[in-house]
Amino acid sequence: MSKLLDVRDLHVSFTTYNGEVKAVRGVNFYVNKGETVAIVGESGCGKSVTSQTIMRLIPQPPGIIRHGEIHFADRDLVKVSDKQMEKIRGSELAMIFQDPMTSLNPTMTVGRQITESLIKHQKLGSSKARQKAIELLRMVGIPSPESRAKQYPHQFSGGMRQRAMIAIALSCRPKLLIADEPTTALDVTIQAQIIDLMKRLQEKFGTSIILITHDLGVVADIADRVVVMYAGIVVETGTLHEVFFNPHHPYTWGLMASMPRLDLHHEQELLPISGSPPDLISPPKGCPFAARCRHAMKVCTEYMPEMTDLSSTHQVACWLEHPMAPKANKHTGRNGGEADE
Amino acid sequence: MSEKNMKSLTPEMFEFVGMNESAGEEMARERVGFWKDAVRRFRTNWGAMIGLFIILIIGFFAFAGPLMNGYDYESQNIAIQNMEPFEDHYFGTDSFGRDLWQRTWNGAQVSLQIAFLAALFDLLIGVTVGSVSGYFGGRVDMVLQRIVEILYSIPNLIIIILMLLIFEPGIIPIALALSITGWVPMARVVRAQILKLKSQEYVLAARTLGAGHRHILTRHLIPNVMGPIIIAVTFAIPSAIFFEAFLSFIGLGIRPPLASLGSLVFDGSKFLQIYPYQLFYPATVLCLIMLAFNLLGDGLRDALDPRMRK
Amino acid sequence: MSKQERANQVTKAPAKNNREVILSVKGLKKHFHLGSGQVVKAVDGVSFDVYRGETFGLVGESGCGKSTIGRTLIRLYNATEGSVTFKGDDIYQLKGKKLKEFNQKMQMIFQDPYASLNPRMTVLNIVAEGLDIHGLARGEERRKRVIDLLKVVGLNAEHANRFPHEFSGGQRQRIGIARALAVKPEFIIADEPISALDVSIQAQVVNLLRKLQKEHGLTYLFIAHDLSMVKYISDRVGVMYLGNMVELANSEELYGHPLHPYTEALLSAVPIPDPDASKKRERIILEGDVPSPINPPSGCRFRTRCPKVMELCAIAAPEWKEVVPNHWVACHLYDKEQK
Repeated sequence: MSKLLDVRDLHVSFTTYNGEVKAVRGVNFYVNKGETVAIVGESGCGKSVTSQTIMRLIPQPPGIIRHGEIHFADRDLVKVSDKQMEKIRGSELAMIFQDPMTSLNPTMTVGRQITESLIKHQKLGSSKARQKAIELLRMVGIPSPESRAKQYPHQFSGGMRQRAMIAIALSCRPKLLIADEPTTALDVTIQAQIIDLMKRLQEKFGTSIILITHDLGVVADIADRVVVMYAGIVVETGTLHEVFFNPHHPYTWGLMASMPRLDLHHEQELLPISGSPPDLISPPKGCPFAARCRHAMKVCTEYMPEMTDLSSTHQVACWLEHPMAPKANKHTGRNGGEADE
Repeated sequence: MSEKNMKSLTPEMFEFVGMNESAGEEMARERVGFWKDAVRRFRTNWGAMIGLFIILIIGFFAFAGPLMNGYDYESQNIAIQNMEPFEDHYFGTDSFGRDLWQRTWNGAQVSLQIAFLAALFDLLIGVTVGSVSGYFGGRVDMVLQRIVEILYSIPNLIIIILMLLIFEPGIIPIALALSITGWVPMARVVRAQILKLKSQEYVLAARTLGAGHRHILTRHLIPNVMGPIIIAVTFAIPSAIFFEAFLSFIGLGIRPPLASLGSLVFDGSKFLQIYPYQLFYPATVLCLIMLAFNLLGDGLRDALDPRMRK
Repeated sequence: MSKQERANQVTKAPAKNNREVILSVKGLKKHFHLGSGQVVKAVDGVSFDVYRGETFGLVGESGCGKSTIGRTLIRLYNATEGSVTFKGDDIYQLKGKKLKEFNQKMQMIFQDPYASLNPRMTVLNIVAEGLDIHGLARGEERRKRVIDLLKVVGLNAEHANRFPHEFSGGQRQRIGIARALAVKPEFIIADEPISALDVSIQAQVVNLLRKLQKEHGLTYLFIAHDLSMVKYISDRVGVMYLGNMVELANSEELYGHPLHPYTEALLSAVPIPDPDASKKRERIILEGDVPSPINPPSGCRFRTRCPKVMELCAIAAPEWKEVVPNHWVACHLYDKEQK
């Protein structure tokens, strides 16, 4: 498989009143053609900043890309001009957001918003574009698309707006779709509809997807590979099975153990991760998770762990992988994993 | 870098130390209250600092200026009519031979007194009406809003002229006349804010604890409307000064021999072509006050507006 | 169909209702008038009992009326119809001393950790608010009580003089819990207390709530849309749809043997964080959106999206009945005539 997107050593900062917030501190990951990569992490871990940097949507200033390369279809997206980026955005790269209401223009009909991008990027005539727009709305499962196309976003429900957003995003057949918490604002039954839709469309068009989410349930449902982020760095990455069934980073264990599961019938004990993530204005010099880690060692607070290869697809940044490290009792948190010691 | 790391790694470094139980619970940054933060922001705003500086200077002269040259604002001296600045008549004299330095600073004092009084009345009436109207809503709000609309629909000049025909124009009557309609914008600002705040969860939390209306208004709502109130007051002051000047200009303001900046400008304008300095000094002070308060108001808005806060 | 069979078993086992009912809700309705004659029937006839010491979970999608119920129970709203009895008293008739007592015995934890604390007050004054309102403690005693409460929720004295914006979401939520605990409540309504928090922080707050329940014998009404969390924390769960309660049972029973088609669909839609389980599972994907509560469908409100809809559903609203002991459901599939 060939890499469609390759992010290398990305550093992004924001200048604020209190100092420089180092939101992304050396992120590496890639996306192959046709696969879905989930970026998982809590708020403030840098997952949204990473995706917005790929789209070049972070406002500069206060945002600064300090370092790094983003290779996408033979170009470095950090270096291309704003004008070129505008062309790439919408035609080859598309994005959908958590709140579709803020990304749809409230004063324009939904149909117009789709045809606009078709006319701009695909140079279609207006009547052809209109036909295509209705077709797209039908494809994303909006009932009676002819009349719906003439309506405004506020006349749509939350789920329908997200469908319309997906229609707009897919209108020009992008190679990569970035979905930033696309189902977080939706109710469970609607969330299921949207995930189902995304899966079907991916099968149909072979679009690569970067899914940004904090919901491991959604990840398990749709992703091929997983990137776990914490405090601006990637702590673990691997295939869906590697990360879920053989997680190696204590933060990944923590995430799994702190989520209740609907399908487990016996009493499950939730093991929360105590404390809160570090302040990214002055991030710790060692592993950022050390302060909250049950298995922290002296070395963890001193040095940043490096990425260790566990397999060709599975990497983890943790000192426990070091040959000198003692064996930690790795409770995976699954099947009521016991507490350590 | 990694090689250097490797060398310094010793087996002891791989002992478990366990987690830091209070991770993330300690407060990393210094304690910053709302007002402290606002002051910090305000101080970086050049315009606002200049505005504040001008207000302090003018305030100082308005009260200390008259003590500086041993004259007073009402004594006439026919021997020195319409003299340009000389000796200790720093601003010269007017057509009655009165010392203009004295009259200008006295006038500034009167103007500021009227403005502050008017703003105070605006504050009292506006905050009361606005918060009652916004907080209780329903019928009370209906009645109060209709009163506001009626007041707003009658030109305020007419009301003020009628008021001043009944009362002898002085500092308090003029201030009262100005605030008869002046409190309306304040009430609107406060009402809009209270409407927004009263459904906030911390207000609901207070209600579930059994808090009375007074507790909710004074502990939760009004402190959170303080920012917009202060801003509204800061803008009410220059508009009161301006309106008072306008009233004096059309002869409805302060009666001679007492002067305000407005009446001085009016007097000076009569001799503009012959003795321009008689207009120049009071007009400059008037302009500076207006400018300073507007700069200050803008600065305060930037410093206190919650939308600017992270 | 095993479900029907189960439903039709006439078990004679007496309901194990020997526990004290602390809160009893009967036929509760809350309608909001929008003007121009439009009425939102946010809650439209809901009945349930909550036993002392249990956690009663209330789940449903946005707009189902679960939060409105919470707010009506604590008298933030007045009920349009129906009665609510708390420890034997009708809460809407309370006055004077009884009302003050009610305000201490029933407390609420709110959803938004950013909006639920007054930004201009220090943590000390926020937590002490209940003490101040009811005149329970003053001066040094007040400060001591607040610090004790902060310790209970895992904070410390150093935090007392800070302002809310200096805290993280999870810490703020714990301050909100301390505020509620200050007046020594017996019954706490937790209105989506964790939905604004990160996953790892959610477990902290939920475990804290459970610990407090054990230590203080608290009763919870836990309102949430996260079904996994509700299952984890609740003893019994009520499922709401468009202003009505459609099913009520104890938690294992409800999740193991859902009777109402809506509950089934809702449970099957929850994503499971396990790739294998997730792939094996058969999901029921409901069509369309929740209808507007201004003009809800006739008969059963779920009929427009129900995969098992019948003719009867449009004509008559299903009765709320105990199909299996302690398992209530409102659905025509379980009508006696179905036999």
